[in-house]
Amino acid sequence: MEPLETTRKVSGEPSSVGQVSEQRESLVHVRDLRKSYGDFEAVRGIDLDVWRGEAFGFLGPNGAGKSSTMRMIGAVSPTSGGTLRILGLDPATDGPAIRARLGVCPQDDTLDTELTVRENLTIYGRYFGLSRAECRERADELLEFVALTEKAKVKVDELSGGMKRRLTIARSLVSKPDLLLLDEPTTGLDPQARHLLWDKLFRLKQAGVTLIITTHYMDEAEQLCDRLVVMDGGLIAAEGSPSDLIRDYSTREVTELRFGPDVMLADHDALAGKVEDLAQRIEVLPDRLLLYTDDGERAVAAVHERGLQPAAVLVRRSTLEDVFLRLTGRTLVD
Amino acid sequence: MALALENGRRMFDYWLTVYKRTWKGTMISSFLLPMLYLAAMGIGLGSFVDSNGTGALGGVSYLQFIAPGLLAATALQIAVGESTYPVMSGLKWQKFFHSMIATPLRPADVVYGQLAFIAFRVLSSCAVFLVIIALFGGLKSPLGILGLPVALLVGMAVAGPIAAYATTLENDSGFAMVFRFGVVPAFLFSGAFFPVSQLPDWIEWLAYVSPLWHAVDLSRNLSLGTVNPWLALVNVVYLLAWFIVGTWLAVRGFTRRLIR
Repeated sequence: MEPLETTRKVSGEPSSVGQVSEQRESLVHVRDLRKSYGDFEAVRGIDLDVWRGEAFGFLGPNGAGKSSTMRMIGAVSPTSGGTLRILGLDPATDGPAIRARLGVCPQDDTLDTELTVRENLTIYGRYFGLSRAECRERADELLEFVALTEKAKVKVDELSGGMKRRLTIARSLVSKPDLLLLDEPTTGLDPQARHLLWDKLFRLKQAGVTLIITTHYMDEAEQLCDRLVVMDGGLIAAEGSPSDLIRDYSTREVTELRFGPDVMLADHDALAGKVEDLAQRIEVLPDRLLLYTDDGERAVAAVHERGLQPAAVLVRRSTLEDVFLRLTGRTLVD
Repeated sequence: MALALENGRRMFDYWLTVYKRTWKGTMISSFLLPMLYLAAMGIGLGSFVDSNGTGALGGVSYLQFIAPGLLAATALQIAVGESTYPVMSGLKWQKFFHSMIATPLRPADVVYGQLAFIAFRVLSSCAVFLVIIALFGGLKSPLGILGLPVALLVGMAVAGPIAAYATTLENDSGFAMVFRFGVVPAFLFSGAFFPVSQLPDWIEWLAYVSPLWHAVDLSRNLSLGTVNPWLALVNVVYLLAWFIVGTWLAVRGFTRRLIR
Protein backbone atom coordinates (compact mmCIF):
# COMPACT_ATOMS: atom_id res chain seq x y z
CA MET A 1 0.00 0.00 0.00
CA GLU A 2 1.23 3.46 -0.83
CA PRO A 3 1.40 5.62 2.29
CA LEU A 4 -0.56 8.37 0.54
CA GLU A 5 -3.62 6.20 0.48
CA THR A 6 -3.84 6.19 4.22
CA THR A 7 -5.25 9.70 4.43
CA ARG A 8 -8.62 10.79 3.19
CA LYS A 9 -8.23 13.75 0.86
CA VAL A 10 -10.66 16.56 1.60
CA SER A 11 -11.93 17.78 -1.73
CA GLY A 12 -10.35 20.92 -3.14
CA GLU A 13 -7.74 21.01 -0.45
CA PRO A 14 -4.08 20.52 -1.32
CA SER A 15 -2.01 18.08 0.68
CA SER A 16 -1.02 19.77 3.89
CA VAL A 17 2.46 18.27 4.02
CA GLY A 18 5.00 21.07 4.09
CA GLN A 19 2.30 23.72 4.10
CA VAL A 20 1.41 23.66 7.74
CA SER A 21 2.53 27.21 8.30
CA GLU A 22 0.67 28.72 5.33
CA GLN A 23 -2.77 27.34 5.96
CA ARG A 24 -3.05 26.32 9.52
CA GLU A 25 -6.26 24.47 10.04
CA SER A 26 -6.94 23.62 13.65
CA LEU A 27 -8.08 20.01 13.89
CA VAL A 28 -8.24 20.13 17.66
CA HIS A 29 -9.11 23.42 19.30
CA VAL A 30 -8.95 23.52 23.08
CA ARG A 31 -9.57 26.45 25.40
CA ASP A 32 -9.71 26.25 29.19
CA LEU A 33 -10.59 22.56 28.93
CA ARG A 34 -11.43 20.84 32.20
CA LYS A 35 -12.27 17.33 33.36
CA SER A 36 -13.35 16.27 36.82
CA TYR A 37 -14.18 12.87 38.23
CA GLY A 38 -16.19 13.65 41.35
CA ASP A 39 -14.00 15.92 43.46
CA PHE A 40 -10.85 15.08 41.55
CA GLU A 41 -9.83 17.49 38.80
CA ALA A 42 -7.83 15.51 36.26
CA VAL A 43 -7.56 18.39 33.75
CA ARG A 44 -7.59 21.89 35.20
CA GLY A 45 -7.88 24.26 32.28
CA ILE A 46 -5.64 23.75 29.25
CA ASP A 47 -5.33 25.62 25.94
CA LEU A 48 -3.92 24.18 22.74
CA ASP A 49 -4.39 23.76 19.01
CA VAL A 50 -3.33 20.82 16.88
CA TRP A 51 -2.78 21.84 13.27
CA ARG A 52 -3.53 19.67 10.28
CA GLY A 53 -0.56 17.56 9.20
CA GLU A 54 1.52 17.84 12.34
CA ALA A 55 2.51 15.26 14.92
CA PHE A 56 1.56 16.55 18.32
CA GLY A 57 2.71 15.03 21.59
CA PHE A 58 1.45 14.95 25.16
CA LEU A 59 4.22 14.29 27.65
CA GLY A 60 3.79 14.01 31.36
CA PRO A 61 4.11 11.73 34.34
CA ASN A 62 1.32 9.32 35.33
CA GLY A 63 -1.73 11.23 36.50
CA ALA A 64 -0.80 14.40 34.60
CA GLY A 65 -4.13 14.37 32.73
CA LYS A 66 -2.84 13.10 29.37
CA SER A 67 -5.19 10.15 29.04
CA SER A 68 -8.21 12.14 30.24
CA THR A 69 -7.44 14.75 27.61
CA MET A 70 -7.02 12.07 24.95
CA ARG A 71 -10.36 10.52 25.85
CA MET A 72 -12.07 13.89 25.53
CA ILE A 73 -10.42 14.46 22.14
CA GLY A 74 -11.54 10.96 21.18
CA ALA A 75 -15.13 12.12 21.82
CA VAL A 76 -15.81 9.32 24.32
CA SER A 77 -15.59 11.41 27.48
CA PRO A 78 -17.72 14.49 28.12
CA THR A 79 -15.87 17.66 29.08
CA SER A 80 -16.44 19.23 32.49
CA GLY A 81 -15.76 22.77 31.30
CA GLY A 82 -14.16 24.93 28.63
CA THR A 83 -14.23 24.67 24.85
CA LEU A 84 -13.34 21.64 22.77
CA ARG A 85 -13.71 21.46 18.99
CA ILE A 86 -12.52 18.42 17.09
CA LEU A 87 -12.40 18.74 13.29
CA GLY A 88 -14.47 21.88 13.82
CA LEU A 89 -17.25 19.95 15.56
CA ASP A 90 -18.51 19.91 19.12
CA PRO A 91 -18.15 16.43 20.67
CA ALA A 92 -21.15 17.05 22.94
CA THR A 93 -23.48 17.10 19.94
CA ASP A 94 -21.52 15.52 17.06
CA GLY A 95 -19.72 12.66 18.77
CA PRO A 96 -20.48 9.99 16.13
CA ALA A 97 -19.59 12.34 13.24
CA ILE A 98 -16.26 13.17 14.90
CA ARG A 99 -15.45 9.56 15.72
CA ALA A 100 -16.17 8.60 12.12
CA ARG A 101 -13.08 10.61 11.14
CA LEU A 102 -10.79 9.59 14.02
CA GLY A 103 -8.49 6.63 14.38
CA VAL A 104 -7.87 5.58 17.96
CA CYS A 105 -5.05 3.39 19.20
CA PRO A 106 -5.79 2.93 22.91
CA GLN A 107 -3.27 2.27 25.63
CA ASP A 108 -4.27 -1.36 26.08
CA ASP A 109 -4.91 -3.44 23.00
CA THR A 110 -8.67 -3.84 22.92
CA LEU A 111 -8.44 -6.46 20.19
CA ASP A 112 -10.77 -9.42 20.12
CA THR A 113 -8.48 -12.30 20.97
CA GLU A 114 -11.01 -14.95 19.86
CA LEU A 115 -10.92 -13.67 16.29
CA THR A 116 -8.20 -13.81 13.67
CA VAL A 117 -5.94 -10.90 12.83
CA ARG A 118 -7.83 -10.20 9.63
CA GLU A 119 -11.27 -10.51 11.22
CA ASN A 120 -10.31 -7.91 13.78
CA LEU A 121 -9.78 -5.45 10.91
CA THR A 122 -12.81 -6.36 8.79
CA ILE A 123 -15.15 -6.23 11.77
CA TYR A 124 -13.81 -2.84 12.81
CA GLY A 125 -14.39 -1.47 9.34
CA ARG A 126 -18.02 -2.51 9.64
CA TYR A 127 -18.43 -0.27 12.70
CA PHE A 128 -17.57 2.66 10.43
CA GLY A 129 -20.19 1.58 7.93
CA LEU A 130 -17.78 0.30 5.27
CA SER A 131 -19.21 -2.43 3.07
CA ARG A 132 -17.93 -5.96 3.60
CA ALA A 133 -16.00 -5.78 0.33
CA GLU A 134 -14.36 -2.48 1.31
CA CYS A 135 -13.47 -3.97 4.68
CA ARG A 136 -11.74 -6.94 3.07
CA GLU A 137 -9.79 -4.72 0.71
CA ARG A 138 -8.76 -2.33 3.49
CA ALA A 139 -7.77 -5.20 5.76
CA ASP A 140 -5.42 -6.65 3.16
CA GLU A 141 -3.79 -3.25 2.49
CA LEU A 142 -3.30 -2.57 6.18
CA LEU A 143 -1.93 -6.02 6.95
CA GLU A 144 0.65 -5.36 4.28
CA PHE A 145 1.39 -1.93 5.76
CA VAL A 146 2.07 -3.29 9.27
CA ALA A 147 3.79 -6.41 7.93
CA LEU A 148 1.25 -8.89 9.29
CA THR A 149 0.03 -10.40 6.02
CA GLU A 150 1.46 -13.77 6.95
CA LYS A 151 -0.41 -13.73 10.23
CA ALA A 152 -3.77 -12.85 8.66
CA LYS A 153 -5.44 -16.12 9.63
CA VAL A 154 -3.81 -16.46 13.03
CA LYS A 155 -5.82 -15.87 16.21
CA VAL A 156 -4.83 -12.66 17.99
CA ASP A 157 -4.09 -14.70 21.11
CA GLU A 158 -1.00 -16.10 19.42
CA LEU A 159 0.60 -12.74 18.49
CA SER A 160 3.53 -11.14 20.29
CA GLY A 161 3.09 -7.81 22.05
CA GLY A 162 4.66 -5.91 19.18
CA MET A 163 2.43 -7.60 16.62
CA LYS A 164 -0.65 -6.76 18.69
CA ARG A 165 0.36 -3.10 18.80
CA ARG A 166 0.88 -3.09 15.04
CA LEU A 167 -2.51 -4.69 14.57
CA THR A 168 -4.12 -2.11 16.86
CA ILE A 169 -2.52 0.66 14.80
CA ALA A 170 -3.69 -1.00 11.59
CA ARG A 171 -7.18 -1.23 13.05
CA SER A 172 -7.17 2.48 13.87
CA LEU A 173 -6.44 3.19 10.18
CA VAL A 174 -9.31 1.14 8.76
CA SER A 175 -11.51 4.18 8.25
CA LYS A 176 -8.75 6.34 6.69
CA PRO A 177 -8.87 8.81 9.57
CA ASP A 178 -8.01 12.50 9.33
CA LEU A 179 -6.69 12.41 12.85
CA LEU A 180 -4.95 9.51 14.57
CA LEU A 181 -4.86 9.33 18.38
CA LEU A 182 -2.14 7.13 19.85
CA ASP A 183 -2.11 6.61 23.62
CA GLU A 184 1.35 5.35 24.62
CA PRO A 185 1.80 3.42 21.38
CA THR A 186 5.10 1.75 22.24
CA THR A 187 4.84 1.16 25.99
CA GLY A 188 6.01 -2.35 26.83
CA LEU A 189 7.61 -3.10 23.48
CA ASP A 190 11.16 -4.24 22.81
CA PRO A 191 13.52 -1.86 20.93
CA GLN A 192 13.04 -3.64 17.57
CA ALA A 193 9.29 -3.41 17.80
CA ARG A 194 9.45 0.23 18.87
CA HIS A 195 11.63 1.21 15.93
CA LEU A 196 9.38 -0.63 13.50
CA LEU A 197 6.35 1.21 14.90
CA TRP A 198 8.13 4.58 14.74
CA ASP A 199 8.88 3.85 11.12
CA LYS A 200 5.20 3.15 10.40
CA LEU A 201 4.07 6.26 12.26
CA PHE A 202 6.63 8.37 10.43
CA ARG A 203 5.28 7.10 7.12
CA LEU A 204 1.75 8.00 8.14
CA LYS A 205 2.89 11.48 9.08
CA GLN A 206 4.58 11.84 5.71
CA ALA A 207 1.32 10.81 4.11
CA GLY A 208 -0.36 13.76 5.79
CA VAL A 209 -2.13 12.06 8.68
CA THR A 210 -2.30 14.28 11.73
CA LEU A 211 -0.99 12.41 14.77
CA ILE A 212 -1.60 13.01 18.44
CA ILE A 213 0.62 10.90 20.67
CA THR A 214 0.96 10.50 24.41
CA THR A 215 4.16 8.98 25.67
CA HIS A 216 6.48 8.56 28.61
CA TYR A 217 9.42 8.13 26.30
CA MET A 218 11.39 11.26 25.55
CA ASP A 219 13.22 9.67 22.64
CA GLU A 220 9.86 8.77 21.14
CA ALA A 221 8.66 12.36 21.48
CA GLU A 222 11.88 13.69 19.94
CA GLN A 223 11.62 11.19 17.09
CA LEU A 224 7.99 11.69 16.22
CA CYS A 225 6.64 15.01 17.43
CA ASP A 226 6.79 18.33 15.63
CA ARG A 227 5.35 20.00 18.64
CA LEU A 228 4.44 18.90 22.11
CA VAL A 229 3.14 19.94 25.49
CA VAL A 230 4.44 18.81 28.84
CA MET A 231 1.53 18.25 31.22
CA ASP A 232 1.80 18.12 34.97
CA GLY A 233 -0.98 18.07 37.55
CA GLY A 234 -3.70 18.65 34.97
CA LEU A 235 -2.05 21.75 33.53
CA ILE A 236 0.26 22.46 30.61
CA ALA A 237 3.71 23.17 31.99
CA ALA A 238 5.37 23.97 28.64
CA GLU A 239 4.65 23.92 24.94
CA GLY A 240 6.84 23.98 21.83
CA SER A 241 8.92 21.92 19.43
CA PRO A 242 11.43 19.55 21.04
CA SER A 243 14.30 21.93 20.16
CA ASP A 244 12.37 24.97 21.42
CA LEU A 245 11.70 23.27 24.70
CA ILE A 246 15.33 22.28 25.13
CA ARG A 247 16.40 25.84 24.36
CA ASP A 248 13.81 27.40 26.68
CA TYR A 249 13.97 25.01 29.62
CA SER A 250 17.46 23.58 29.51
CA THR A 251 20.93 24.49 28.25
CA ARG A 252 22.61 23.32 25.09
CA GLU A 253 24.79 20.82 26.93
CA VAL A 254 24.95 18.97 30.21
CA THR A 255 28.15 17.99 31.99
CA GLU A 256 27.79 15.01 34.28
CA LEU A 257 30.42 14.64 37.00
CA ARG A 258 30.80 11.42 38.98
CA PHE A 259 33.07 11.37 41.99
CA GLY A 260 33.08 7.66 42.68
CA PRO A 261 31.08 5.43 44.98
CA ASP A 262 32.67 6.65 48.24
CA VAL A 263 31.44 10.20 47.86
CA MET A 264 28.22 10.70 49.79
CA LEU A 265 25.31 13.00 49.01
CA ALA A 266 26.50 15.49 51.66
CA ASP A 267 29.89 15.65 49.93
CA HIS A 268 28.06 16.21 46.65
CA ASP A 269 26.39 19.26 48.15
CA ALA A 270 29.79 20.60 49.17
CA LEU A 271 31.26 19.86 45.74
CA ALA A 272 28.30 21.53 44.09
CA GLY A 273 29.09 24.68 46.06
CA LYS A 274 32.55 24.74 44.52
CA VAL A 275 31.41 24.56 40.92
CA GLU A 276 28.03 26.25 41.09
CA ASP A 277 29.22 29.39 39.25
CA LEU A 278 30.40 27.30 36.27
CA ALA A 279 26.89 26.41 35.13
CA GLN A 280 23.58 28.13 34.58
CA ARG A 281 21.95 25.51 36.74
CA ILE A 282 23.25 22.65 38.78
CA GLU A 283 21.52 19.54 39.97
CA VAL A 284 22.73 17.28 42.76
CA LEU A 285 21.87 13.59 42.45
CA PRO A 286 22.95 10.77 44.78
CA ASP A 287 25.58 9.51 42.34
CA ARG A 288 26.48 12.56 40.28
CA LEU A 289 26.35 16.30 39.67
CA LEU A 290 24.67 17.71 36.58
CA LEU A 291 26.00 21.03 35.27
CA TYR A 292 23.65 22.66 32.80
CA THR A 293 25.76 24.85 30.56
CA ASP A 294 26.03 25.91 26.93
CA ASP A 295 29.68 24.79 26.75
CA GLY A 296 30.21 21.49 28.53
CA GLU A 297 33.90 21.11 27.71
CA ARG A 298 34.71 24.50 29.14
CA ALA A 299 32.95 23.56 32.34
CA VAL A 300 35.02 20.37 32.54
CA ALA A 301 38.23 22.35 32.09
CA ALA A 302 37.19 24.79 34.80
CA VAL A 303 36.36 21.94 37.18
CA HIS A 304 39.84 20.52 36.69
CA GLU A 305 41.43 23.98 37.14
CA ARG A 306 39.83 24.13 40.59
CA GLY A 307 41.68 20.99 41.52
CA LEU A 308 38.65 18.70 41.55
CA GLN A 309 39.20 15.17 40.28
CA PRO A 310 35.92 13.58 39.22
CA ALA A 311 36.15 9.83 38.63
CA ALA A 312 34.15 10.11 35.42
CA VAL A 313 33.06 12.97 33.20
CA LEU A 314 30.39 12.96 30.51
CA VAL A 315 29.51 15.88 28.29
CA ARG A 316 26.27 15.41 26.39
CA ARG A 317 23.62 17.46 24.61
CA SER A 318 20.51 18.36 26.54
CA THR A 319 17.56 16.14 25.80
CA LEU A 320 13.84 16.40 26.30
CA GLU A 321 14.33 14.23 29.34
CA ASP A 322 16.22 17.08 31.02
CA VAL A 323 13.36 19.42 30.15
CA PHE A 324 10.82 16.92 31.38
CA LEU A 325 12.53 16.32 34.71
CA ARG A 326 13.04 20.02 35.24
CA LEU A 327 9.37 20.75 34.61
CA THR A 328 7.79 17.82 36.40
CA GLY A 329 10.40 17.09 39.05
CA ARG A 330 12.18 13.89 39.95
CA THR A 331 9.67 12.82 42.54
CA LEU A 332 7.83 9.64 41.73
CA VAL A 333 4.14 10.21 41.06
CA ASP A 334 1.78 7.27 41.46
CA MET B 1 -34.30 5.13 14.94
CA ALA B 2 -33.02 4.40 11.44
CA LEU B 3 -29.54 5.22 12.68
CA ALA B 4 -29.91 2.87 15.63
CA LEU B 5 -31.01 0.10 13.29
CA GLU B 6 -28.10 0.71 10.92
CA ASN B 7 -25.58 0.87 13.77
CA GLY B 8 -27.08 -2.15 15.47
CA ARG B 9 -26.70 -4.03 12.19
CA ARG B 10 -23.01 -3.08 11.98
CA MET B 11 -22.50 -4.48 15.45
CA PHE B 12 -24.53 -7.61 14.84
CA ASP B 13 -21.90 -8.54 12.24
CA TYR B 14 -19.38 -8.68 15.04
CA TRP B 15 -21.41 -11.16 17.05
CA LEU B 16 -22.05 -13.32 14.03
CA THR B 17 -18.33 -13.49 13.31
CA VAL B 18 -17.66 -14.47 16.89
CA TYR B 19 -20.47 -17.02 16.79
CA LYS B 20 -19.03 -18.66 13.69
CA ARG B 21 -16.11 -19.59 15.93
CA THR B 22 -17.99 -20.52 19.07
CA TRP B 23 -21.25 -22.09 17.92
CA LYS B 24 -20.08 -25.65 18.51
CA GLY B 25 -19.52 -24.93 22.17
CA THR B 26 -23.03 -23.56 22.55
CA MET B 27 -24.58 -26.72 21.18
CA ILE B 28 -24.43 -28.48 24.53
CA SER B 29 -26.17 -25.78 26.52
CA SER B 30 -28.59 -24.87 23.74
CA PHE B 31 -29.72 -28.28 22.57
CA LEU B 32 -28.33 -31.14 24.55
CA LEU B 33 -29.50 -30.06 28.00
CA PRO B 34 -33.07 -29.19 26.96
CA MET B 35 -33.16 -32.45 25.00
CA LEU B 36 -32.12 -34.37 28.11
CA TYR B 37 -34.84 -32.65 30.12
CA LEU B 38 -37.35 -33.43 27.41
CA ALA B 39 -36.35 -37.09 27.39
CA ALA B 40 -36.02 -37.55 31.17
CA MET B 41 -39.02 -35.53 32.26
CA GLY B 42 -41.30 -35.67 29.27
CA ILE B 43 -40.81 -39.29 28.35
CA GLY B 44 -39.32 -40.92 31.47
CA LEU B 45 -41.21 -39.18 34.25
CA GLY B 46 -44.04 -38.55 31.77
CA SER B 47 -44.89 -42.22 31.31
CA PHE B 48 -45.21 -42.54 35.08
CA VAL B 49 -47.37 -39.38 35.37
CA ASP B 50 -49.53 -40.35 32.43
CA SER B 51 -50.25 -43.81 33.81
CA ASN B 52 -51.69 -42.18 36.96
CA GLY B 53 -54.02 -39.89 35.04
CA THR B 54 -53.34 -36.27 34.08
CA GLY B 55 -56.56 -34.60 35.17
CA ALA B 56 -54.64 -31.92 37.10
CA LEU B 57 -52.75 -31.08 33.90
CA GLY B 58 -55.92 -30.71 31.88
CA GLY B 59 -55.92 -34.23 30.54
CA VAL B 60 -52.98 -33.91 28.16
CA SER B 61 -49.85 -36.06 28.17
CA TYR B 62 -47.07 -34.89 30.47
CA LEU B 63 -44.77 -34.43 27.49
CA GLN B 64 -47.26 -32.09 25.87
CA PHE B 65 -47.68 -30.31 29.18
CA ILE B 66 -44.00 -29.54 29.74
CA ALA B 67 -42.66 -29.18 26.19
CA PRO B 68 -43.93 -25.60 25.54
CA GLY B 69 -42.70 -24.49 28.96
CA LEU B 70 -39.34 -26.13 28.45
CA LEU B 71 -39.02 -24.18 25.21
CA ALA B 72 -39.57 -20.89 27.03
CA ALA B 73 -37.19 -21.89 29.82
CA THR B 74 -34.50 -22.72 27.25
CA ALA B 75 -34.95 -19.27 25.71
CA LEU B 76 -34.48 -17.69 29.13
CA GLN B 77 -31.30 -19.62 29.82
CA ILE B 78 -29.74 -18.74 26.47
CA ALA B 79 -30.62 -15.08 26.88
CA VAL B 80 -29.18 -14.89 30.40
CA GLY B 81 -26.04 -16.71 29.29
CA GLU B 82 -25.45 -14.25 26.44
CA SER B 83 -26.08 -11.17 28.57
CA THR B 84 -23.74 -12.06 31.42
CA TYR B 85 -20.21 -13.27 30.56
CA PRO B 86 -20.05 -11.74 27.06
CA VAL B 87 -20.99 -8.35 28.55
CA MET B 88 -18.31 -8.63 31.23
CA SER B 89 -15.81 -9.61 28.57
CA GLY B 90 -16.63 -6.60 26.39
CA LEU B 91 -16.45 -4.20 29.30
CA LYS B 92 -13.59 -5.58 31.27
CA TRP B 93 -11.77 -8.67 30.11
CA GLN B 94 -11.19 -8.04 26.42
CA LYS B 95 -12.66 -4.52 26.43
CA PHE B 96 -13.98 -4.75 22.91
CA PHE B 97 -16.94 -2.52 23.83
CA HIS B 98 -14.44 0.25 24.49
CA SER B 99 -13.00 -0.12 21.01
CA MET B 100 -16.52 -0.12 19.55
CA ILE B 101 -17.48 3.23 21.05
CA ALA B 102 -14.30 4.79 19.67
CA THR B 103 -16.06 4.47 16.29
CA PRO B 104 -19.32 6.15 15.22
CA LEU B 105 -21.18 3.56 17.32
CA ARG B 106 -22.77 4.80 20.53
CA PRO B 107 -23.27 2.80 23.75
CA ALA B 108 -26.94 2.40 22.79
CA ASP B 109 -25.90 0.86 19.45
CA VAL B 110 -23.67 -1.58 21.31
CA VAL B 111 -26.71 -2.62 23.37
CA TYR B 112 -28.94 -2.97 20.29
CA GLY B 113 -26.34 -5.09 18.50
CA GLN B 114 -25.97 -7.31 21.54
CA LEU B 115 -29.75 -7.71 21.86
CA ALA B 116 -30.03 -8.49 18.15
CA PHE B 117 -27.48 -11.24 18.57
CA ILE B 118 -29.30 -12.63 21.61
CA ALA B 119 -32.51 -12.60 19.57
CA PHE B 120 -30.70 -14.56 16.87
CA ARG B 121 -29.36 -17.08 19.38
CA VAL B 122 -32.76 -17.57 21.01
CA LEU B 123 -34.61 -17.87 17.72
CA SER B 124 -32.20 -20.26 16.04
CA SER B 125 -31.80 -22.54 19.07
CA CYS B 126 -35.47 -22.58 19.92
CA ALA B 127 -36.49 -23.22 16.32
CA VAL B 128 -34.40 -26.39 16.28
CA PHE B 129 -35.70 -27.39 19.70
CA LEU B 130 -39.27 -26.79 18.55
CA VAL B 131 -38.77 -29.14 15.61
CA ILE B 132 -37.50 -31.82 17.97
CA ILE B 133 -40.45 -31.29 20.30
CA ALA B 134 -42.82 -31.61 17.37
CA LEU B 135 -41.11 -34.83 16.25
CA PHE B 136 -41.59 -36.27 19.74
CA GLY B 137 -45.27 -35.32 19.55
CA GLY B 138 -44.89 -32.62 22.16
CA LEU B 139 -47.18 -30.13 20.43
CA LYS B 140 -50.91 -30.68 20.77
CA SER B 141 -52.04 -27.93 18.40
CA PRO B 142 -50.27 -26.38 15.39
CA LEU B 143 -50.61 -23.08 17.23
CA GLY B 144 -47.81 -24.41 19.43
CA ILE B 145 -45.45 -23.08 16.78
CA LEU B 146 -46.23 -19.66 18.21
CA GLY B 147 -44.16 -20.80 21.17
CA LEU B 148 -41.21 -19.56 19.10
CA PRO B 149 -42.15 -15.86 19.19
CA VAL B 150 -43.02 -16.30 22.85
CA ALA B 151 -39.56 -17.74 23.45
CA LEU B 152 -38.07 -14.71 21.68
CA LEU B 153 -40.15 -12.40 23.82
CA VAL B 154 -39.04 -13.92 27.12
CA GLY B 155 -35.42 -13.95 25.95
CA MET B 156 -35.62 -10.26 25.16
CA ALA B 157 -37.46 -9.58 28.42
CA VAL B 158 -34.59 -10.88 30.54
CA ALA B 159 -31.60 -9.95 28.35
CA GLY B 160 -31.88 -6.18 28.99
CA PRO B 161 -32.14 -6.27 32.78
CA ILE B 162 -29.39 -8.88 33.10
CA ALA B 163 -27.05 -6.96 30.79
CA ALA B 164 -27.80 -3.81 32.81
CA TYR B 165 -26.93 -5.70 35.98
CA ALA B 166 -23.71 -6.95 34.36
CA THR B 167 -22.58 -3.36 33.76
CA THR B 168 -22.67 -2.71 37.51
CA LEU B 169 -20.26 -5.56 38.34
CA GLU B 170 -16.49 -5.50 38.61
CA ASN B 171 -16.09 -9.27 38.29
CA ASP B 172 -18.14 -12.29 37.34
CA SER B 173 -18.95 -13.55 40.84
CA GLY B 174 -22.33 -11.79 40.64
CA PHE B 175 -23.34 -14.04 37.76
CA ALA B 176 -23.32 -17.11 40.00
CA MET B 177 -26.02 -15.33 42.04
CA VAL B 178 -28.05 -14.71 38.89
CA PHE B 179 -28.00 -18.39 38.05
CA ARG B 180 -28.45 -19.70 41.60
CA PHE B 181 -31.17 -17.34 42.75
CA GLY B 182 -32.65 -16.30 39.43
CA VAL B 183 -32.40 -18.78 36.59
CA VAL B 184 -32.56 -22.08 38.48
CA PRO B 185 -35.55 -21.19 40.72
CA ALA B 186 -37.33 -19.65 37.74
CA PHE B 187 -36.66 -22.79 35.72
CA LEU B 188 -38.04 -25.07 38.44
CA PHE B 189 -40.91 -22.99 39.83
CA SER B 190 -42.32 -21.05 36.89
CA GLY B 191 -44.78 -23.71 35.93
CA ALA B 192 -42.74 -25.48 33.29
CA PHE B 193 -42.98 -28.85 35.08
CA PHE B 194 -46.17 -28.51 37.12
CA PRO B 195 -48.95 -25.95 37.53
CA VAL B 196 -47.87 -23.22 39.94
CA SER B 197 -51.25 -23.54 41.67
CA GLN B 198 -49.67 -26.59 43.36
CA LEU B 199 -47.27 -24.27 45.19
CA PRO B 200 -47.79 -22.46 48.51
CA ASP B 201 -49.50 -19.13 47.83
CA TRP B 202 -46.50 -16.89 48.43
CA ILE B 203 -44.31 -18.85 46.01
CA GLU B 204 -47.17 -18.92 43.55
CA TRP B 205 -47.19 -15.12 43.58
CA LEU B 206 -43.42 -15.03 43.11
CA ALA B 207 -43.97 -17.17 40.03
CA TYR B 208 -46.49 -14.69 38.65
CA VAL B 209 -43.88 -11.92 39.00
CA SER B 210 -41.29 -13.86 37.02
CA PRO B 211 -41.33 -13.23 33.27
CA LEU B 212 -40.78 -16.92 32.69
CA TRP B 213 -44.17 -17.88 34.16
CA HIS B 214 -45.88 -15.57 31.67
CA ALA B 215 -43.97 -17.09 28.79
CA VAL B 216 -44.58 -20.66 29.97
CA ASP B 217 -48.27 -20.01 30.48
CA LEU B 218 -48.70 -18.36 27.07
CA SER B 219 -46.61 -20.93 25.24
CA ARG B 220 -48.50 -23.80 26.82
CA ASN B 221 -51.96 -22.32 26.27
CA LEU B 222 -51.11 -21.83 22.62
CA SER B 223 -49.95 -25.40 22.23
CA LEU B 224 -52.83 -26.92 24.18
CA GLY B 225 -55.38 -24.67 22.52
CA THR B 226 -56.51 -23.19 25.84
CA VAL B 227 -55.77 -19.54 25.12
CA ASN B 228 -57.70 -16.94 27.04
CA PRO B 229 -57.21 -13.77 24.94
CA TRP B 230 -57.22 -11.43 27.93
CA LEU B 231 -54.74 -13.48 29.90
CA ALA B 232 -52.60 -13.82 26.77
CA LEU B 233 -52.64 -10.04 26.39
CA VAL B 234 -51.50 -9.64 30.01
CA ASN B 235 -48.66 -12.13 29.34
CA VAL B 236 -47.50 -10.28 26.24
CA VAL B 237 -47.77 -6.80 27.75
CA TYR B 238 -45.94 -7.93 30.89
CA LEU B 239 -43.07 -9.41 28.86
CA LEU B 240 -42.93 -6.35 26.60
CA ALA B 241 -42.72 -4.12 29.65
CA TRP B 242 -39.73 -6.12 30.91
CA PHE B 243 -38.14 -5.83 27.47
CA ILE B 244 -38.63 -2.08 27.18
CA VAL B 245 -37.61 -1.18 30.72
CA GLY B 246 -34.72 -3.66 30.58
CA THR B 247 -33.39 -2.26 27.33
CA TRP B 248 -33.58 1.25 28.75
CA LEU B 249 -31.68 0.11 31.85
CA ALA B 250 -29.07 -1.62 29.70
CA VAL B 251 -28.50 1.50 27.58
CA ARG B 252 -28.14 3.53 30.76
CA GLY B 253 -25.74 0.99 32.28
CA PHE B 254 -23.58 0.75 29.15
CA THR B 255 -23.44 4.54 28.82
CA ARG B 256 -22.41 4.97 32.45
CA ARG B 257 -19.73 2.36 32.14
CA LEU B 258 -18.31 3.34 28.75
CA ILE B 259 -18.62 7.15 28.71
CA ARG B 260 -16.64 8.59 31.58
